[in-house]
Amino acid sequence: MFDFSIVTKWFDELLRVTCGLGNFSAILIECVLVGLIILIAYAVLAIILIFMERKVCAYFQCRIGPVRVGWWGTLQVLADVLKMLIKEIFIVDKADKLLYYLAPFLVIAASVGTFSFLPWNNGAHILDFNVGIFLVTAVSSIGVLGVFIAGWASNNKYSVLSAMRGAVQMISYELSLGLCLISAVILTGTMQISGIVEAQTGPWQWLIFQGHIPALLAFLVFCVAGNAEANRGPFDLAEAESELTAGYHTEYSGMGFGFYYLAEYLNLFVISGLATTVFLGGWAPVNIGVEAFDAVMDLIPGLFWFLAKTFFVVFLLMWIRWTFPRLRVDQILKLEWKYLMPLSLVILVLMTVCVAFGWTFTIA
Amino acid sequence: MARLVMFAILAVVILASAVFCVSTKRIMRAATGLLFVLFGVAGLYFLLDYTFLGAAQISIYAGGITMMYIFAIQLVSKRTLQGLSERWLGKRTFLAAFIALVGVATVILVLLKNQFINILTGNENALANEITMDIVGKTLMSADKYGYVLPFEFISVFLLACIIGGLVILNKNKKEESK
Repeated sequence: MFDFSIVTKWFDELLRVTCGLGNFSAILIECVLVGLIILIAYAVLAIILIFMERKVCAYFQCRIGPVRVGWWGTLQVLADVLKMLIKEIFIVDKADKLLYYLAPFLVIAASVGTFSFLPWNNGAHILDFNVGIFLVTAVSSIGVLGVFIAGWASNNKYSVLSAMRGAVQMISYELSLGLCLISAVILTGTMQISGIVEAQTGPWQWLIFQGHIPALLAFLVFCVAGNAEANRGPFDLAEAESELTAGYHTEYSGMGFGFYYLAEYLNLFVISGLATTVFLGGWAPVNIGVEAFDAVMDLIPGLFWFLAKTFFVVFLLMWIRWTFPRLRVDQILKLEWKYLMPLSLVILVLMTVCVAFGWTFTIA
Repeated sequence: MARLVMFAILAVVILASAVFCVSTKRIMRAATGLLFVLFGVAGLYFLLDYTFLGAAQISIYAGGITMMYIFAIQLVSKRTLQGLSERWLGKRTFLAAFIALVGVATVILVLLKNQFINILTGNENALANEITMDIVGKTLMSADKYGYVLPFEFISVFLLACIIGGLVILNKNKKEESK
């Protein structure tokens, strides 16, 4: 398997030995570079995801989507970005100006924060703490505050209503999200993200195979809860166009709105990426126990595997979004508190029993 | 050097947000100021390599408690909370100063009585050792010496009592409404 730490170590040597920089300046340059890479990857992925969403949505509705700008409409999103950047940013009368400007940054900070936890390749994870998974859920909870403050600061009753709904929904679904992650942690025995992926390398070692029934159930619950957490799919009543005009970001224009738009798509990507990391093996290639086949699969770099699996999950979530009708607010809460949360508690117990008795699927 | 720079940045953020939090007239702004104070404290924990404590700080205080405050603010009518102002001089100022002094005295006493400053200053590598999740989990669940299973269980029972209490109050209100 291609180990990305060769590249990072070479760059570190280059700075320290060849350029003769000290510890402080070398780390500073590396941090700035990594930050730039994260932000560029964030923006590029957002453009790809928005284009994908428009095309997928179009084909599900028997249309062909954007085709005029660029070949097969590929430049459409870039044109949209340009439009958004030159839009005027204005403020609502009697709104709380400070909070109004602050809220999009909270949302985008939570989104970039969780984004930088994703393991891209063997040795190419950016943030890799010992408390990994727990910290991801902690950082993602900041986004709720951004949503709520945006609604409040807009001085618009529809925005407040929608912010309330959005916050309640996100807080509730965080529970089953966390419980599913905990059941994965029980199986792998570590919270560190690189450790979780490493536990899944080898033939038939992805968690959904390794943990069979409970892991499969946890994966399904994670997808549903993740869809709700990203305020998407059938759970997008917080920004229901027909009832609440556009939800908590009604009063935002230009890049203020752009940040919410970006964060929505990147949250989708982050949720899919986490599902991939935890249940589908992250960058681990498809290994089936036949030596020749495994050797060929190992030659394909992990980045490719990670992106392929993540985009597969993204496609699944988009499929759900454009197929099911929107849920009402009481139905959303009922689904979480009466069905998903008890189910994830049952999964937790089942997983513990399976791990305790060693009923996991492994090829020795 | 890097630690010192980060500490200075975090200290400025914490102090500025704390002052902003208590001096602003709008209640939502105060809640946001509190949020940034909590972020700053979480940053301090990360600086000390207590990653678990930092993560818990962000998840429980910044994500949970602040959210609860904001929801509570929503439940109170808008007019009672907007444009609150308080005069600086008065009986309350003395009381506040007294409470602040007691707080400072407690912190200083704990700092002086505790041994950890001596341990840290004596040992260069003390900060470099991250306490892993394994150790935290085992200590939390063990019943040996320095094990925390009893407080853990006690808190669980306490939280359960809170939930049941909340449900009872809710039921009472519902009955009164239906009458």
